[in-house]
Amino acid sequence: MSLRAKSFIKRTKKGNVIKVIKEHYLRDDIWCSSAACEVCGHTDPILSAIPRSTQAYTTPHYLVPDTNVFMNQLVPQIDIMEHPTIKDVIVLQTVREELRHLSMPIYNRVNAIIADKNKRFYAFSNEHHREAYIERMKDESPNDRNDRVINQARISAIRVAVKWYANHLPKGKKGSSLTVVMLSDDRDNREKAKSAAIKCSSVRDYVVGLTDTPELMDMVVTAQEANEAQAKADGKVTYEEHMTQLQITNGIKNGKISQGTLTVSNHNYLEATVMANVEGKVQNVYIVGRKHMNRSIQGDIVAIEVLPKSEWKTTASVAIEEEEDEVDNKEAASQANSETMEIDDALPAMPTGKVVGIIRKKWRPYCGYIAKKSIHGSEGSAASQNVIFRAMDRRIPSIKIRTTQAHALAGQRIVVSIDSWPTNSVLPLGHFVKTLGASGDKETETEVLLLEHDVPFQEFSKRILEDLPAEGENWVVTDQHVQNERRRDFRHLNVCSIDPPGCTDIDDALHVRPLPNGNFEVGVHIADVTYFVKPGMPMDDEAASRGTTVYLVDKRIDMLPSLLGTNLCSLRSNVERLAFSCIWEMNEKAEIINVDFTKSIIKSKFSFTYEEAQNRIDDDSMQDDVTKGIRVLNGIAKQLKKKRLENGALTLASPEVRFNLENDSQDPVDVEMKELKETNALVEEFMLLANISVAEKIYSKFPDSALLRRHPTPPDSNFEELRRALSEFSIGLETSTSKALSDSLDKAVVSSDPYFNKLVRIMTTRCMLQAQYFSSGTETEQDFRHYGLACPIYTHFTSPIHVIVHRLLRACIDPELVYGQELTDKMRMKELCDNLNFRHRMAQQAARSSVELYTNLFFRNKVVEEDGHVIRILRNGFVVLVQKYGIEGVIFTSGDQVSSGHNIVYDQHSNTLTSGDAQIKIFGEVKVRIQIEGDQEGMRQKMKMSLITPHIEGFSVPALEMQSSKVIRSIEPSSEADIPAKKIKL
Amino acid sequence: MSRLELLTVEGLRIDGRRPNELRKITAKTSVLAQADGSAYIEQGNTKCLAAVYGPQEVRHRMQILHDRAIINVEFNVAPFSTSERKKRSKNDKRSLEIASAIKQTFEPVVQTSQFPRSQIDIYLQVLQHDGGTLQACINAATMALIDAGIPMIDYVCASTAGCIEKQPVLDLNYLEESSDSPELTVAILPRTGKVNLMSMESRLHVDMLESVAALATQGCEQIHTILDSVVRQNTQLLKDSMLQ
Repeated sequence: MSLRAKSFIKRTKKGNVIKVIKEHYLRDDIWCSSAACEVCGHTDPILSAIPRSTQAYTTPHYLVPDTNVFMNQLVPQIDIMEHPTIKDVIVLQTVREELRHLSMPIYNRVNAIIADKNKRFYAFSNEHHREAYIERMKDESPNDRNDRVINQARISAIRVAVKWYANHLPKGKKGSSLTVVMLSDDRDNREKAKSAAIKCSSVRDYVVGLTDTPELMDMVVTAQEANEAQAKADGKVTYEEHMTQLQITNGIKNGKISQGTLTVSNHNYLEATVMANVEGKVQNVYIVGRKHMNRSIQGDIVAIEVLPKSEWKTTASVAIEEEEDEVDNKEAASQANSETMEIDDALPAMPTGKVVGIIRKKWRPYCGYIAKKSIHGSEGSAASQNVIFRAMDRRIPSIKIRTTQAHALAGQRIVVSIDSWPTNSVLPLGHFVKTLGASGDKETETEVLLLEHDVPFQEFSKRILEDLPAEGENWVVTDQHVQNERRRDFRHLNVCSIDPPGCTDIDDALHVRPLPNGNFEVGVHIADVTYFVKPGMPMDDEAASRGTTVYLVDKRIDMLPSLLGTNLCSLRSNVERLAFSCIWEMNEKAEIINVDFTKSIIKSKFSFTYEEAQNRIDDDSMQDDVTKGIRVLNGIAKQLKKKRLENGALTLASPEVRFNLENDSQDPVDVEMKELKETNALVEEFMLLANISVAEKIYSKFPDSALLRRHPTPPDSNFEELRRALSEFSIGLETSTSKALSDSLDKAVVSSDPYFNKLVRIMTTRCMLQAQYFSSGTETEQDFRHYGLACPIYTHFTSPIHVIVHRLLRACIDPELVYGQELTDKMRMKELCDNLNFRHRMAQQAARSSVELYTNLFFRNKVVEEDGHVIRILRNGFVVLVQKYGIEGVIFTSGDQVSSGHNIVYDQHSNTLTSGDAQIKIFGEVKVRIQIEGDQEGMRQKMKMSLITPHIEGFSVPALEMQSSKVIRSIEPSSEADIPAKKIKL
Repeated sequence: MSRLELLTVEGLRIDGRRPNELRKITAKTSVLAQADGSAYIEQGNTKCLAAVYGPQEVRHRMQILHDRAIINVEFNVAPFSTSERKKRSKNDKRSLEIASAIKQTFEPVVQTSQFPRSQIDIYLQVLQHDGGTLQACINAATMALIDAGIPMIDYVCASTAGCIEKQPVLDLNYLEESSDSPELTVAILPRTGKVNLMSMESRLHVDMLESVAALATQGCEQIHTILDSVVRQNTQLLKDSMLQ
């Protein structure tokens, strides 16, 4: 080994300028890792002896990609390298290090490829290789890496490494025919390489040679050079230039610029808000119109400048339906602009701003389809053409892509990545990534919604499955578990579980028995996942990254391999299972005398459905121990619930429905409201109690790193709209505490409308904030409160997916257990919580989208009339909730698709829409017609509602004839292929 | 900005070493003419100077021990030793702690009972700091004591080891040290393998302790071979010059 000193000057956080000196060792034992090499001393070579050759490069060769192959001008281009046809690649350390600075996600993806043995990517430490190392140039520092000097250094480092490989490989006999090809999109680099007699190619040219995989061609990022040429040609500029990083930093420092995350409105893709600090307080700043959004996309962290007060706008509750043709886009934008320009004096103008720069881009691959109209040419032509891609997520603008397979892709769901968004292009430019399948197909659509919600749904890898117990299905509880692990033996107890029908993952079970002193012993048993999932296992990492199990209408995306989830960790009846138990001693008044936690072994006697359990309670002839036990539990649960409600726990409602699916095709044939039985409440009550007890316990032992769940108090302003609507019925809404809110909800009754109270509760639910997981060290104790449940501390123990909580609890009760930093590091716990929260939110949204998908399938080819309630008034329409199906839709009163033959007027002060005598206001009852309507191209199915009553001339649609006013459908036997109804989680 | 990547996919550390490799060590003795014994050691970019005076008369009478010599260690870090200039006061708690650790390490090794009512001074000066000060000081002090001809039962060789992503790594440099990874300093008597000092100031999982300690011990043995060859070379030179 020999030694070099690296030294450079850098500036610290405080602003001091210091000189950093590092050692840099050059080694002789870094091998080329080629199977053909006889010189190097490596074992297990990664690169194969005979790599592939292409048309252009006829000799077998390895590839050495430049940084810009993975990331071209800040645009990820890694998809090509991930393609299975690309193998035998040498990734230089120089390249990896530069990527790391450019983009962490891309860097991680490169590392994932390197870890994949089949891909045969070799990470070559050229910087530490004695012969491939080059002396760095003077005055170089990692901080100004975009500098030209560094660029030069990088490309010369790559050239030296390639040269070394080219000279090294032929040294052995077997490798005599091997060569290396450098891939680079940097013309300068290629030219220099050519003059040094190094084989090189641009990505595009290389991919052309791969004739067996033409789809790779579409993945090539639209070359920057072409864009520049185009810009010069037409010379028009649509958008303002973004500010430089330095300008933004300075702007933020002196308060002229604020930063925040761009949240695009769901109704209108040209309207967004940014939570930013304006005039000393944090508030929503509106960004309206394409020009002001200035090429930022949903989720980007942007720098904004607040416009002068004279340009501020009022809340623009305008819904825009569908993006117009590209040509009309600008008009639509300006229209939307002018519409919101009418400043209403009555309401104060909201701060309005414009985007001046993007601090962090949140671009990701998007699912969507190609707009049919944009495809030209005849069927079967393979000429490359520009087409318009529309993302499923309405908040994402259309993307212009170039493809040779336009006709083949029409009618398909595809994935597209954004490459760049130059100032002179109205739309962002992107490239094709992959096809998912035909649109409208259930499988494809489900995949789309999983992708869109970032749900990891791939099969578990082999490495993870290796962690499962070797016995597989035949795994049984042995004496060893009884003796060695301090497990208490509860096998003789009458334990039973109560779950929805068809439930295969039974997480929890209950038991109760009278004690000699007249009290009761109540136990909640949760499947012991920690026995199977040990910290540090690949399975543990995977579970932590998946975070939760996602329930869709027709399937479930498991967090743990199904052997665990539905078998070994499912507390089935008459099977011995390992469990974690929470045992209380309670008296008749449901007061807790004592609580104890233990690991245990149980053997459930029965697994009931909610209905079966309910029948047992109600049937007086049943007098066996189990039934009596359920009755006792039911009695205690009722008292617990009463206490909880007295403390101010909220009873909220959501319009959830479930589908009855036809057995074979899994098509929905019927919809029903989710029904709640007494036994649901029974189970829920004990789960809440167990969660609270466990939360207290783990917090006492791990004050810094207990994983808890909180539900923040919603700010008063969230209730503003609801309160205004309720005041019409002279109903007050008190929101200061959850108790007050709960009381005023109970009083919100209108005798004429039985559904009114439920409606208010549904709308209150929407005003709530999301409950979150958090690590106790990151919040103050006052903020631990769970608002909805009205308890000071809460966690999720009762679902075995929350492995961490189990581990924490185990560490509390078992003094001999050794545990590492994974349980005590509060920052790591915070990262975990952030991921859990994210996955949880995504899982909820995915479940909702899945319901929406099935709703659309259900209403396909049907026209239904139903009663509904108005729940929100917009300037150009109103939102109707149909309780029978739990669906809501917007009915537009103005816009392109609405005939203007009516005279509906929006009244700002009463927040109503009126036309003559007819008035539409919040909570008003309406009758609507529901049907599914594809857009012009049938690629985005959408439910359309139209108003029947109250009758408004020129706007309402006539009612259908009497006999068909109910649902029209072919009568099929409604099957019981139900999905497991979602558990209630607060 | 993300955290530093301390161990790359290729299995190399930030400066290009493998996990079980020491940094480059250079040692020299008799670098100061004034002192009775002196040594200068470089372990990578950590540079340390040691000077030994004594055995000599005890400076403060009240400290006299009638059966053996007292060892006095003074440890000092030069203000220019780190990239940001920082002056430490003489009574800096941290320096005093290190000094006392070194003193305790050497007390059982130096045959103090041969010099009752006297004092041995060890002055340690860190000239450049790049991680592993304590180990460098102990190694330098050993060399200086040998140079001064003070009888000891064995060398004292020290080395550090840490744990990065569950992989034990030897001889942490400043970047690795300051990245919140645990660092264990071990000093042993190479001939008997007895452990003289073991110090760690961060949390390390018990399961890892054994392998980390084993690696550090291995490092100590490597350091012993290097130091021993330096001492033998010097003695050879001395012998040659005397014979001439």
